[in-house]
Parts: sequence; C-alpha cells; structure tokens
Amino acid sequence: MNCIIIDDELTARTIINKLSSNVPDINVVEEFPNAIQAIKYLNQNTVDLIFLDIHMPDFTGFDFIQTLKNPPKIILTTSDANFAIQAFEYDCIVDYLVKPITQERFNKALDKAKSATFTSKATTNPTEEDSGVNDLYVNIDRRLIKIDIPSIYLVEAKGDYIHIKTETKNYTVHSTLKKIHDKLPDSLFLKIHRSYIINVDKIIDIEDNSVLIKKDVIPVSRSNRPELMKRLNLL
Amino acid sequence: MEQPNLSYINTLSGGDKEFEAQLLDVVKKEFPTEKETYYKNLNNENYKLAAENVHKLKHKISILGLSKSYDIAINYENNLLDHNTDLKEEFDNILIVITNYLDNL
Repeated sequence: MNCIIIDDELTARTIINKLSSNVPDINVVEEFPNAIQAIKYLNQNTVDLIFLDIHMPDFTGFDFIQTLKNPPKIILTTSDANFAIQAFEYDCIVDYLVKPITQERFNKALDKAKSATFTSKATTNPTEEDSGVNDLYVNIDRRLIKIDIPSIYLVEAKGDYIHIKTETKNYTVHSTLKKIHDKLPDSLFLKIHRSYIINVDKIIDIEDNSVLIKKDVIPVSRSNRPELMKRLNLL
Repeated sequence: MEQPNLSYINTLSGGDKEFEAQLLDVVKKEFPTEKETYYKNLNNENYKLAAENVHKLKHKISILGLSKSYDIAINYENNLLDHNTDLKEEFDNILIVITNYLDNL
C-alpha cells in the first residue's frame, strides 16, 4: 500500500514514518509539510492512502480533502479529538488517530484502511429523518458522547464551536451550526438566527423578535421570522 | 510539577537508539521555534494564532509524557480561542519545564 504523509510538523512525520516502517505492507513514498505540495504531487501520482493532519496553517486537512476529485483512503492524524465528528462526514476517511499515536492504534487504523470500501455519500449517509435516528454523537475530549436529539432545545454558534443545550446537560463541540443543522430533523428544529437553532417544540413564548425557550431568550432574525410563524399552530 | 519522560519515545522506538536520537533532535529543533512563535502571537494579542501554536505544542507535550500538562494545554487553547488568557502562567511553566529538560538531554 503506497502512502503519503501530510503534516506541517516534522516531529509528527518522523513518528508516522517510524510507525509505518514497522508494518510490512506499507510504503511511505513521500511526505509533505503542507497540503499545497501534496496536491501538486497528487496531480502527477496516485497513492492508496494518505496520513493527513487536520490542523495545518492556511490550508487545513479538510480543505485539502475537498480539492480531491477521487480521494484515496485517508487516515486523519490530529492532536484534537474534537474534529472526529467532522471526519465522519467524509466517506474517504477510514480512521482518525489522535496524537501521540501508538503502534497498536496505528496498526488498527491500517487494518481498517485495508478492509475499507467506501461508496458515495448519498448511499451511505442518510439523513436522520430518513433513517429514524434519534441520537447524535459528538466528540468531546476523545469520547463520543451520545445526545438524545429530541432533548436538545437550543444550539448556539460561538466562533469555531457550538454550544448544544439539552434538558439535562450542555455540551461544547468543535463544529459549525450548518453541520449540526444538517444532522437534526427539520420537523423539530429551525434556524431562527445565524447563530441559533431551536427545537420548536420547546418554545415557551414569542415576543416581537425573540423567542423564550427554557430560560434563554433568543433573537429571531427578520429573514427567519416568516418560517418560524409558519411552523406555529396559531389560533 | 510534572516532569517530562521518554516513555512514549522509548516504546515507539522499540529499542532503536538511532531513531530515538533522530526524533529527539527533531523535537529539539522544532520546539524552540514553536515556542517563540507562540509568544510572539500572544504578545501581539493574536489569540487565534496563539491557540494554533498551543495546539501544535500539545503534541510535543504529549510525546514527552506530560499528561496533566496536556490537559492544561487543551483548556488553555480553548481559553485563547475565547480571547481569554487564563492558564497562561501554568502553560508558560510547562514550556519552561520542557525547555530545561531538552537543554539537559
């Protein structure tokens, strides 16, 4: 299996090279300190597998994947477990290694890469409504935490993170409002502001341009107000 | 204060002394540059960039077996993303400990 390593940190590339050298059927053909150089290489060459760091300056691992028309299998390598949830959105990503990487975990990832066959997203990633899924898994501190979707009453965007508020607990996750919106059923959730998604069933009252949901008063943007009013069973 | 160790590197090397020396050379070369970039961004109040530097330094912290320090770095990185410098002193102490350790290797 021919592979390349993309990581801006020489330490990380050195470690992955070492880990690869202990596995007989892996051949590291090139390594790159940035995604741009790797794209140039891949324009002329094909590989079976890429070890890809997510957190690189200027051009992230996810930016890189989006430039590939027919991506090979990819194993993400990162110091940040919070990106795992985003990784699941790409069929080409076969595993996700959190640094520092052990040989045992590395070997497992390679086993996955060898056995992985991925098909188009359309056939492998049905929406939550289509599949009747009631749970959402979020990655927090290297653990995938299950959240009961109907218990979510508010999602707030805050920089590179989102705050998910449920009946019992709140969670901070590295993701975007758009990504979680895509995972939540439209029948229950509505984006009412560029920074807020609410569970319509949990609304207590609406006043002018704000919604009271639990104890939170959330602004409703002018453009989202008509859709909100449509969803209400008005007398 | 938690002290660095070579446990991860030794396990990784499987006794390959040449690799251990090579990896430590790389760490010794990269760490001061990353540290300097972090301080530069922090002093210029470029907190997002400083958070990215902390993110990168986290790997070195973990390689050197500093598990508690790693947790501090995670929280400090999150703080910086919120333009909050809480834990700066603790993080600076971690950098000092690593600097001293690498200097004496």
